[in-house]
Amino acid sequence: MKQYDTVVIGTSAGGLGALTAILSVLPENFKLPILVVQHQPADADDFLHRHLNDLCQLNVKEASPGELIVAGRVYIAPRGYHLLVEESHRFSLSVDLPVNYAIPSIDVLFESAADVYKAKLIGVILTGANNDGALGLKEVKAQGGLTIVQAPDTAEVSCMPQAAIGMTKIDHILSLNEIASFLTKLNDVKDTDND
Amino acid sequence: MKNKKNIENDEIDCLLEAIWRRYGYDFRHYSRASIKRRIRHHMGLSDCQHISEMIPKIFHDESFFESLLNDLSISVTQMFRDPVVFNSIRQQIFPKLKTYARINIWHAGCSTGEEAYTLAILLEEEGLLNRAQIYATDFNNASIDKASRGIYPLKSLQNCNELYLSSGGKHKISDYYHANYEAIKFKQSLVDHITFAHHNLTCDQVFAQMHLILCRNVLIYFDKTLQNHVLDLCRDSLVSQGFLVLGDKENLDFTSVREDFDNFSQPHRIYRKRAGW
Ligand SMILES: C[S@@+](CC[C@H](N)C(=O)[O-])C[C@H]1O[C@@H](n2cnc3c(N)ncnc32)[C@H](O)[C@@H]1O
Repeated sequence: MKQYDTVVIGTSAGGLGALTAILSVLPENFKLPILVVQHQPADADDFLHRHLNDLCQLNVKEASPGELIVAGRVYIAPRGYHLLVEESHRFSLSVDLPVNYAIPSIDVLFESAADVYKAKLIGVILTGANNDGALGLKEVKAQGGLTIVQAPDTAEVSCMPQAAIGMTKIDHILSLNEIASFLTKLNDVKDTDND
Repeated sequence: MKNKKNIENDEIDCLLEAIWRRYGYDFRHYSRASIKRRIRHHMGLSDCQHISEMIPKIFHDESFFESLLNDLSISVTQMFRDPVVFNSIRQQIFPKLKTYARINIWHAGCSTGEEAYTLAILLEEEGLLNRAQIYATDFNNASIDKASRGIYPLKSLQNCNELYLSSGGKHKISDYYHANYEAIKFKQSLVDHITFAHHNLTCDQVFAQMHLILCRNVLIYFDKTLQNHVLDLCRDSLVSQGFLVLGDKENLDFTSVREDFDNFSQPHRIYRKRAGW
């Protein structure tokens, strides 16, 4: 089984429930860092990462600029900034124009992560109401990474999964439970490989 | 053999080197991921197929450089961004500045000027504007030109009154400008206390005797080396016990000036230069 270095997840409307369903079942020893963009209104508070941190075994925090990306942590993009990954595996942030009406934008994170992690990246698109992430996921695939999309008929809002599927030949189209067990299995493989 | 992406990184290195040699603008210490995005975006608008094709244009076409610079400098800004911070400047910093006969403020990386006008409004409401001078600087001449005109599209002020009120605003934001259908112009009494000027944080000199420096959402684009350089500049420009305000996601931890400043209001990224410095 091919080894992966990082998971990126993008979602908007309905994302809180979807993220909770996946992240709360991942085991404490999960080996990959997970970088998340969830669209939020500009005046939202920091409920999202606190809430997820309470429910998950993994440590969930807001990504800060210059921070080194560490395995087994979940990083949430802060509101009002695009989140990018540097070659040094550190985060950078940008105050910039919205992309697809969104800041943070999923496309921006996915494209910069694909640049850095190339074939070792897993890109995941979940429920959402616009088409942000479709181009980003295409870039993940172009760099040889693995693409996963939530099955549209299982998504609270199906636009975003559908847009992603429309643009790229997706490797796995799965329900939330299936995505969670897929990632967990991957981790078990990584575990034995490392022994 | 190098793959396509590694070649692209080398092309970007060469392009930034060309900009540096030809114009003295140093983007080599900017965070690469943002720069790469901007360069790709700019290439998409040009007739170049590869990033390296932009290099001869950099050397021989100044207008091409100007427009690339405009893209690289990321000039997005707004009035009263993070209103709680401006409230804290109003409530906590201004009372400490009241003792000075003349108040010097440096706004570094002011972009198109919205934050400088924000500050002028605050000073006016706290009765300090008549003794204050704001030096607002940026290295992007197009932004500085726009800032000096003080004219903004009316629609860019959407939600602005709300933000203004949550920053502790005492009147209506519309008291501070003249408006027609599409545009607003800030009142001359505010404009008179702001000097907009070109200044490049990577290579230009300190500003002497500043009581307050705002440098928000600029350091996030810089690597550690350049951050330390700019923070040294800020420290050396401040009077003893002067104030430094950074952006919401910026802080002094792990920087070369950490020991030179006390935390004044940690959640609002407000620092105060230690006495005796
Ligand atoms: C995202 S804007 C921030 C504007 C404003 N301070 C705010 O927070 O809304 C960043 C600004 O930093 C300026 N900047 C970047 N590098 C600079 C340099 N070396 N010297 C001066 N200004 C610089 C850019 O031109 C841009 O206007």
